[in-house]
Amino acid sequence: MLTKRIIPCLDIRDGRTVKGINFENIRDAGDPVELGAFYAAQGADELVFLDITATIEKRKTLSELVNRISHHINIPFTVGGGISSVEDVSVLLQNGADKISVNTSAFKNPTLIQQLAKEFGSQCVVLAIDTKLEADGDWYVYLNGGRVKTDTKCVEWAKQAVDLGAGEILLTSMNHDGTKQGFALDITATLAGLLPVPVIASGGGGTMEHFVDVFNIAKADAALAASIFHFKEIGIPELKQYLNEKGIVVRI
Amino acid sequence: MKLVIIKYNAGNIQSVLYALERIGVEAIVTDDESLIRSADKVIFPGVGEASTAMNYLKERGLDILIKSLTQPVLGICLGMQLMCAYSEENDTSCLGIFDEQVKKFNPDMKEQAELKVPQIGWNNIFDLKTDLFKGLKENSYCYFVHGYYAAKGEHTIATTNYVLPYSAALHRNNFYGVQFHPEKSASVGEQILKNFIQL
Repeated sequence: MLTKRIIPCLDIRDGRTVKGINFENIRDAGDPVELGAFYAAQGADELVFLDITATIEKRKTLSELVNRISHHINIPFTVGGGISSVEDVSVLLQNGADKISVNTSAFKNPTLIQQLAKEFGSQCVVLAIDTKLEADGDWYVYLNGGRVKTDTKCVEWAKQAVDLGAGEILLTSMNHDGTKQGFALDITATLAGLLPVPVIASGGGGTMEHFVDVFNIAKADAALAASIFHFKEIGIPELKQYLNEKGIVVRI
Repeated sequence: MKLVIIKYNAGNIQSVLYALERIGVEAIVTDDESLIRSADKVIFPGVGEASTAMNYLKERGLDILIKSLTQPVLGICLGMQLMCAYSEENDTSCLGIFDEQVKKFNPDMKEQAELKVPQIGWNNIFDLKTDLFKGLKENSYCYFVHGYYAAKGEHTIATTNYVLPYSAALHRNNFYGVQFHPEKSASVGEQILKNFIQL
């Protein structure tokens, strides 16, 4: 059976992982390659590297980093952050990235999704959506790392993006991100039930039970988390063992 | 050991090259006929669309070349599908090394509504045959990304279940094909690549 996927996310700035990561069994936890290889060895199913480098000049650092990652890591990985053109994607894929994720640039220029799907295939185009539940009871799309609100509803944008060729949706709930109170089950379930492509749930995973819920209740295809893995609050082997005991099919 | 990866217009070639590097094998990426013919082993990778890839191969005579190879050849993903007889993807006649047909996943909308197409992720492979899977346990997990599948047939040497049981791998004479990506399938994939090198 196709398994549910567990995906650690690593934030990268200027070629280094950010967030205070503390692993005594890793020589250099600031090195995305070492940390990524550690997670791969622990049984992570995929990795996401999110580049939050502010300046364009540093973009070259990213392609060099992607090249190094692809030399050393034997599981699939996605690269996101600041990607806004076919050329950007071409460089990253040539350096060995399996998928790329687009967010704000795709919202501002939806034909980008179409161009990327046509040029490289939908299987490598992940659309990341940052969404927030507003007082009116609906989920809206936010841009620029959650700083800019739009009037577009999450469901509408996700449907449009899939029609344009997005191959997966990486859905982050801003209401849940960082809270460790559980994933946004309702909007995740809505998209997972509605869309013909996989949905990766992100934001709010704090306990192993939260992962059970996002797979069993919300029917997410994959779950992404960052700090709970980085700070060893949950180990990937224990998490997968637990999911397995709960009857969720995972790769062990 | 001279290992050649066939160069053509269908993605993921770098990933295969790097995966081979990780297991200590150097390969060259080329579309040169004499280099391909003189190789000890040939890998035919691929991610993309069947008709575009077949046209590219035909324009360069690579279709005839691949069919005539006598050393071990490993097709990966689209590479494996192109080694089949026919693909429903844009109604494409393929190389015909394997008789199996390539069809689109068509989940039952009532019973299988949760199954997305393409299949993306890790799935188990079973009924493993041939030395390509030497040392691997039944139901090992491999990484798949595909919307089309090769039906089961006499050349099936590994099976996976998604929508229906289908060929995860095929074998005929010196030709092998795998639907999954060994270059992205962690230690299981590395073992399969090592096994291919040792065939």
